[in-house]
Amino acid sequence: MTSSAHPYIPNTDEDRRAMLDAIGVATADELFADIPPELRIEGLNLSPALPEQELVREMAALAGRNQVPGDGMACFLGAGAYRHFIPSVVGHVIGRSEFYTAYTPYQPEISQGTLQTMFELQSMTCELMAMDVANAGMYDGASALAEACLMACNITGRDRIAVLDSVNQDYAAVVRTYARGRGLTVDVVADGNLSAEHACLAVQHPNFFGCLEDVWSHEAAAHATGALLIAVADPISLGLLAPPGGYSADIAVAEGQSLGWPVGFGGPYLGLFACRQQYLRQMPGRIVGRTTDLDGRTGYVLTLQTREQHIRRERATSNICTSQQLVGLAAAVYLAAVGKHGLRQIAETCYHRAHYAAERIAALPGYSLAFPTPFFKEFTVRCPKPVEGIQELLLEQGIIGGLDVSERVENGMLLCVTEVNTREEIDRLIAALAEVNP
Amino acid sequence: MTTAERSKANPKTADFGASLTFDLSRPGRRGVLLPEPDVPQAELPEPRFLRSDLELPELSQNQVVRYFLGLSRLNYGVDTGFYPLGSCTMKYNPRVNEDVGRLPGFTLVHPLQPQATIQGALAVLHQLQSALAAITGMDSIGLAPAAGAQGELCGILMIKTYLEERGESDRRRKVLIPDSAHGTNPATAAMCGFEVVTIPSDRVGNTDMAALESALDDGVAAMMLTLPSTLGLFDPNIERIAETLHRHGALLYGDGANQNAFLGRARFGDLGFDVVHLNLHKTFSTPHGGGGPGAGPVCVKAKLAPYLPAPVVEADGDTYRLATPERSIGKTTAFHGSFGVLVRALTYIRSLGAEGLRAVSENAVINANYVLARLRGAYHLPYDHPCMHEVVFSGSRQRAKGVKTLDIAKRLIDYGFHPPTIYFPLIVDEALMVEPTESEGKEALDAFCEAMLAIAREAKEEPELVRGAPYQAPLRRLDEATAARRPYLRWRAPAQGESA
Repeated sequence: MTSSAHPYIPNTDEDRRAMLDAIGVATADELFADIPPELRIEGLNLSPALPEQELVREMAALAGRNQVPGDGMACFLGAGAYRHFIPSVVGHVIGRSEFYTAYTPYQPEISQGTLQTMFELQSMTCELMAMDVANAGMYDGASALAEACLMACNITGRDRIAVLDSVNQDYAAVVRTYARGRGLTVDVVADGNLSAEHACLAVQHPNFFGCLEDVWSHEAAAHATGALLIAVADPISLGLLAPPGGYSADIAVAEGQSLGWPVGFGGPYLGLFACRQQYLRQMPGRIVGRTTDLDGRTGYVLTLQTREQHIRRERATSNICTSQQLVGLAAAVYLAAVGKHGLRQIAETCYHRAHYAAERIAALPGYSLAFPTPFFKEFTVRCPKPVEGIQELLLEQGIIGGLDVSERVENGMLLCVTEVNTREEIDRLIAALAEVNP
Repeated sequence: MTTAERSKANPKTADFGASLTFDLSRPGRRGVLLPEPDVPQAELPEPRFLRSDLELPELSQNQVVRYFLGLSRLNYGVDTGFYPLGSCTMKYNPRVNEDVGRLPGFTLVHPLQPQATIQGALAVLHQLQSALAAITGMDSIGLAPAAGAQGELCGILMIKTYLEERGESDRRRKVLIPDSAHGTNPATAAMCGFEVVTIPSDRVGNTDMAALESALDDGVAAMMLTLPSTLGLFDPNIERIAETLHRHGALLYGDGANQNAFLGRARFGDLGFDVVHLNLHKTFSTPHGGGGPGAGPVCVKAKLAPYLPAPVVEADGDTYRLATPERSIGKTTAFHGSFGVLVRALTYIRSLGAEGLRAVSENAVINANYVLARLRGAYHLPYDHPCMHEVVFSGSRQRAKGVKTLDIAKRLIDYGFHPPTIYFPLIVDEALMVEPTESEGKEALDAFCEAMLAIAREAKEEPELVRGAPYQAPLRRLDEATAARRPYLRWRAPAQGESA
């Protein structure tokens, strides 16, 4: 293959000849003269180019090796990645390549589409969370929590982070990774177990096991010791449940994937991040502000950039340099499409279907709910047998069961039911579980 | 057409930014029909758990589509035209990557499914690990980092942990960073608890070897080096730099943001790097998304492999499994990283193959040098030397006539181009950093160069014209000072009596 033959590279041999002449070199190799000759390679040990048709066939074959929900396969997994219905408009909008082939809006005059979307998402995040200010997005919910914990340490001048033991352990693991750099200590604590050294208390509500937390007592415990309260929320639950601002959270984060983005094997996702006005200048991430142009028309720009790495370098609030913009766009379109009543309806449908499933499963011989507390769309059941075996039996019947949480709850299975789980699917799950002999 | 004429011609779209979805909202509208619970209603939690209000817009579906379509038309992307944003590698995003990335067999996989049901996804990750190892010459690859900056975080944390286990971390507290580096480098080093020591560039733009030697002592943990540098120069002393650092017991970190420059011509591993991160949204063509998502795999020599972030994918014959390296620095996102981005990158690598990737660097470098050659007479070249994938000019001559680099950038918008990166690297006065990538052909570069030459003429003859640009964009220059001084950061409901 000559290099001009690839469709992604337009220069022809003639173009290259003319350009090399203009540059004043005989061969392209001369342009690579600064690479020490003994370190140059002649080529890569990779397979040759694939024609598009073969490429699609091979990649589709890999996709085909996954068993995925849909086409008769039900799925009751959640635990941080949630299957929710995605309205058609979302895919069509994010498929506009004016959005997805642009980059960070450094030139606001030709980036208002991105900037105004960021402002929409900041506004929607503030409304959902009932918080004062929000940034335009972080990598995911877990890293957003980690950044929130670092921010709390900066604000309080303290170097211990408290994470409630009912927070998703993978979130706590990410907090530990981020904390390790600056030598901060992460304590996984039970109710109220805070000291005056803690910068923050991180609470997930609903928690990892699906239960609603007594956020008011956590708020009292955190603020009594001068720690910040960091809430990890489920944005779909906020159609129904009291928002973080309602229980006086100082920083609120959430995984935004539920808002119009597929579970996609875990990423890329979107971290939503909001805080109280007084902490605005300690907030990491991109922030967009509203302003006007020379003719007085409304426009949007990146602002408060002196917090960020490209200006402040080693004194920046974070090294982050993205807002997961495309995922944020999907979230903004999703929230605009479902609207205030739609989000409530989705939340209620999740709630009622999850309770329908939980009540019937708990009534099966050998099964019980692991926690007596109210829950939203996830719940933990104690099974009559080890969960692994049950998952295999379910899979044989076309059901991807709940997550095995037996490390935390004996024979515990964490099930998630959303509006995409039909009543028929739920009934099929209940019948399949009933067949498991205690 | 002047702005005033534009506004007159299309008054209804003149102030598009003034109306957000919230303002367009009317009670009773909805954008999508949703399912009813269709099960017996459960009792709701006690009232204190419930919210009483939720201010989200109510729009019809048509309104949603028109609003966001309207926004998309205010954007400039790679698909709109030439986007020579230096250091960002704004190459064409192949459509087939999008089709593959959106296959339901990939998008519908839940990250916590039993591993027997996700063998296709794991095979993708394993194939990409192998391909990136071949491209970089590194021993092991961690695909977990969600972006370049997170790849940096992982790389520096791995170095920190490695030094801790050798009992050297109390002593080695400094990270050396060239003055031309991306801001993420010092920000990352600081997040990892290191003291940043800036290493100056020498007269020709390479690492000042004398400064490096004198900065090195047994308190240095690592140097973070971008190769080629942000000046677009391949440091010919790279072997000596690596050797010098290693002699002092320090490690060499590579910022692989500019890997596009030497794909298939040299490998980070052979050049002496211990750890390097790549930006798949740059070199490997995944869309920049308006500012993410990306992916920032971290590639290491064998001695650092036990510290890779979790998870990595291991193969046992045809069977793949997710694994946590023995002494892993831990997780950096809740699941397995930016899978959707990784699928697209693998698709790109397989489309180009070994020869195609080498052709990428060849054409990217020819293109940059061609722009250098054509504009050399009109714009100051602070480092006049053949460049790699990008060329950095200075607008200092124009500045002397009262036209700033910012003005030149804005005027380019009127000529239909996205401006280059400006005012970076920081060591170049009035910097204009042009990265054409291999995606453009000669005629596109000629058109860009003609525009740059025309602007250079305008800067001399009609500086006011340049200073007032842009005139043809959806908006004219925005008041960033007021935006920062009086932050207006979210929609607010109009007060009673005020119109929406």
